[in-house]
Amino acid sequence: MSEMQLNQKGAKLVDILSGQEERILAEWMKEMTGSTRRGDLIKESELRAECTQFLKLLKQTTEAAGTDFQSPSFGPMREMLGDVSRGRAQKGFKPSETATFVFSLKRPLFDQIQTQYKGDTDAMAAEMWSLTELLDAMGLYTMEVFQKSREDMIRRQQEELLELSTPVVKLWDGILALPIIGTLDSARTQVVMESLLQAIVQTNSRMAIIDITGVPTVDTVVAQHLLKTVTAARLMGADCIISGVRPQIAQTIVHLGINLLDVTTKATLAAAFSVALQRLGISFVRDAAKS
Amino acid sequence: MAVVSTENVPVKTEPDVVTVRRRVREVSSQLGLSLVDQTKIITAASELARNTIIYGGGGSMQVQTLNGPRVGLRLTFEDNGPGIPDVDLALRDGFTTGSGLGLGLGGSKRLVNEFEIFSKPGAGTRITITRWK
Amino acid sequence: MEKIPILKMGDFLLVTIQVDMHDRLALALQDDLTRTISQTEAHGVLIDISTLEIVDSFIGRMLSNIAAMSRVLDAETVVVGMQPAVAITLVELGLSLPGVRTALNVDAGMELLRASVKATKEMYGSRLH
Repeated sequence: MSEMQLNQKGAKLVDILSGQEERILAEWMKEMTGSTRRGDLIKESELRAECTQFLKLLKQTTEAAGTDFQSPSFGPMREMLGDVSRGRAQKGFKPSETATFVFSLKRPLFDQIQTQYKGDTDAMAAEMWSLTELLDAMGLYTMEVFQKSREDMIRRQQEELLELSTPVVKLWDGILALPIIGTLDSARTQVVMESLLQAIVQTNSRMAIIDITGVPTVDTVVAQHLLKTVTAARLMGADCIISGVRPQIAQTIVHLGINLLDVTTKATLAAAFSVALQRLGISFVRDAAKS
Repeated sequence: MAVVSTENVPVKTEPDVVTVRRRVREVSSQLGLSLVDQTKIITAASELARNTIIYGGGGSMQVQTLNGPRVGLRLTFEDNGPGIPDVDLALRDGFTTGSGLGLGLGGSKRLVNEFEIFSKPGAGTRITITRWK
Repeated sequence: MEKIPILKMGDFLLVTIQVDMHDRLALALQDDLTRTISQTEAHGVLIDISTLEIVDSFIGRMLSNIAAMSRVLDAETVVVGMQPAVAITLVELGLSLPGVRTALNVDAGMELLRASVKATKEMYGSRLH
């Protein structure tokens, strides 16, 4: 090995990898045994393809740009690690299992360095250090991407949940019901309000029942949101009834000084439904023969 | 914060209010704001444009689209009119020196995410509103 | 100058607002409508705003004024077809248009007007004859 090559950072890693890819790959795959490999989540052929591509990219990149992971030349590597990490986050890998993809490459590479630098401890230490730095930077990067994609996933699920948690149901021709379950905050109320008003237009419903049986507490903000919904519906030409007002909530509303005078409120959804039918001029008669 | 584009729309005469509304509709829909958010900022712009003409004696509206970290629309209404002596009072619902309902300023503030007002008697008024995507 | 057409349908007047409502047009409509109500002795006014993309405080005030003025002229006003986004915005702005009757669409509005005219006739009819 010439003097010049030794001074070129990264050139040595190329020498270590050159011609040894098959062996390193085999050892790397062996390292990733048990829980890390997660044969249940990823096929061996798929993993092997990922590893092969990684080694190829590693060789190309370090040959051209050394071992500085922050350099722009590492763009394709970062991209690949990002894909690996995101893929694992989606498949349900643990964070540690994802990071081990990079870290388990340490031993095969270190073994290789030891073989090549036999006797030259200084060079061996220097080489191991720069390799450790690079692999650590890569490992940390996979963790960052992993966490970010998990956060994205959680946010998406929250949004989906928000939509799922506000079903508008049709009770009768011209009568809608919106059963609200859980705490009402500003963001959720906006979704609730919009989906109710949209449904009023789509189904051409003159009556809408907002049932708050499943709402644990009503504070000033929530009460105001409910009032705004009722007012907006009225502007569109529909009447709202609020049902499921529990005794504690009735007390809170009065104590807070919230004015619900202009709003029809009922204790139960059944009572509200009956009022809605009445306003639409619909009545039922019990069939004497059947009762 | 990165400003992607800036343009100026004159707000001088009463028909300009309609032009303002049209332009804000176009830009906010290009930005991908939801229909409700579009309607809110158009309505706020309509109120402020009318104020600029009636109380400020005419001025202009600057339209800025923002990107990074968040996508949003920022509108700045500026006039060289008499200014507002008591801004807090002017923001209160029901306060008006004209013949309106007095909902213009306070109402516009409720329709946007950010609301900034600079005004001094004799030195005109500048109001900046922002609605994030 | 452009003008918002007022259609006469039996006892009622029908106004469909389809243009960008600038302030002067709104004021002209107010004048035209009150004049037409008194000329035709109409008992109801139906204002369809389903294609209106915003209602700001000025247009809101115009709607309230028309409702109040026509009531003085013995005509009931119903505003129909306000879009959800417009309604949400109007409420946030602080306007609830008290005194203005509303309906989901033209059909529902017509039904409301007919019922209200019938109720008025029943109330006073017996006294007149």
